Amino acid sequence: MLEQIKSQTQKRRKFWNEERKEAFSGYLYISPFFILFAVFGLFPILFSFYLGFHKWNGLGEMEYVGLQNFKWILTDPIFWKSLSNTLIMWVLGTLPQIIVGIVLAYALNSAIIKMKGLFRVSIFMPYVTSTVAVAIVFGVMFNSQEFGLMNVIIGWFGMDPMSWSTSEWGVKVAISTMVFWRWVGYNTIIYLAGLQGIPKELYEASVIDGASVRQKIQFITIPMLRPIIILTVFTSTIGALQLFTEPLIYIGRSYREEGITVVLYLYREAFANLAFGPASATAIILFIIIIVLSSINVFITNRIGR
Amino acid sequence: MFIYLILAAAAILSIFPFYWMFVMASNHNSAINSLPPAFIPGAELVTNFKNVINTIEFFGAMWNSLLVSTITTIGVLFLCSLAGYAFAKLRFKGRNFLFFAILVTMMIPPQLGLIPQYIIITKLDWLNDMKAIIFPGLIDAFGIFWMRQYISSNVPDELVDAAKIDGCSHFRVYWNIAVPVVIPAFATLAIIRFMYIWNDFLWPLVVLREESSYTIQVALRGLIDNYVRDNGMIMSGTFWATVPLIIIFLLLNKLFISSLTEGAVKS
Repeated sequence: MLEQIKSQTQKRRKFWNEERKEAFSGYLYISPFFILFAVFGLFPILFSFYLGFHKWNGLGEMEYVGLQNFKWILTDPIFWKSLSNTLIMWVLGTLPQIIVGIVLAYALNSAIIKMKGLFRVSIFMPYVTSTVAVAIVFGVMFNSQEFGLMNVIIGWFGMDPMSWSTSEWGVKVAISTMVFWRWVGYNTIIYLAGLQGIPKELYEASVIDGASVRQKIQFITIPMLRPIIILTVFTSTIGALQLFTEPLIYIGRSYREEGITVVLYLYREAFANLAFGPASATAIILFIIIIVLSSINVFITNRIGR
Repeated sequence: MFIYLILAAAAILSIFPFYWMFVMASNHNSAINSLPPAFIPGAELVTNFKNVINTIEFFGAMWNSLLVSTITTIGVLFLCSLAGYAFAKLRFKGRNFLFFAILVTMMIPPQLGLIPQYIIITKLDWLNDMKAIIFPGLIDAFGIFWMRQYISSNVPDELVDAAKIDGCSHFRVYWNIAVPVVIPAFATLAIIRFMYIWNDFLWPLVVLREESSYTIQVALRGLIDNYVRDNGMIMSGTFWATVPLIIIFLLLNKLFISSLTEGAVKS
């Protein structure tokens, strides 16, 4: 009897050896991510791909329609409008962000500047606000009426008031400005961190060679910052493709064409029109666009790294 | 001198919308909608805020936001550090592959699964329930990546092995040795995650349909839905919704800035 128990515990001990225990703990500790991801990530994604080929309003029967949803979207001028709006706002919002961010980081990094802390905090502050609040505030600033702040300001320069909230470019400029204002400080801080990683000797050597400020930026700063610039282009591109809060708050429930973005289009299809099929197809197309742009980015990064 | 000019202009343009929010929040509509508009603070601060409270459930929404953001952040810190510890210090089959799989999920845009996620929440009967925000918010691939990096480089293997020889369970090693060491990494992740959940708009907009469940982001939208645009009231709402964030930021600004640069430059 005793022998039996002994051999059993030995067997158990053999099964639960240190290696097994460690592996079990390992799987246990990472399992919450995989369980949650399976439920709220992977399953929804697969289901989206399934839904993209079906007609469904969320209640009745699903009906297989093949590629019809995609055909429908790709022939919908508003989808193309949303795509081109997204890309235009990406360019308008992102490019100035990078240029201004680098200039500001360069200025903040120069040794002679006093009150660095104060400048840094002020420039970074827009990042720490709620997106909806920003969109509302800028919405009021870009009021189309004469007393709208932007119209008052352009009035000082002798320009006529613009209809910011209804004209083709007014809407895009307003939304891009919100994005720019909110993110420029964030990028500045990241560039600043990158600048501080550049060895001072490089600048000292260039001073001896008689380089101008412009030459220093062109031949030392920009090349050394390249990996970080690529990173910010990458993150801001993905961010811009998902633009939603600002346009929704600014143009409101009318989903006006001047400002509709791809995600807004998706949201409208799903929750205003209850067309879950086309909405899922839009999500799939968005996913493909992001994958393509990310791959291009990775490709470029790898080439520059070598 | 020129550099000061640039920096000063940038600082003013960055701060101005906050100032202007305050100006409008404290002025009567007639002062706002006149030409030229008001540029100095007025005396209507209390009146405007009373109008906000009458229009939306301001305090309730702030409370909901605080609750959801805090719970999610604490959950993320725990789960990500636990998983990060496993990936950094425990040996098990498929460890590298599983870690790689987690990194790949970062490439997926969150909107891709939006509709099925909404259906799942409906089926779980979690509409208008904070759980709908908290549970999906606990998935954080970046957090796991971040914690793994930090734990591998800051928790010495010798310490872990010594604790194991002394008979500590794996969880105790994690809790008593790894957790105290990664406190600085917690701060970074906490800031990033808290801001992300606090600012999220699309998902709460989809799953929170009743006013009592609104987070502040969704509630603020209620201010601009009226036919009569009371700009003083609208600005008062956005202003008071922003003030707590600014106070937290000013108190922690060094930590804030250094944490975000660390997170960005290293990844």
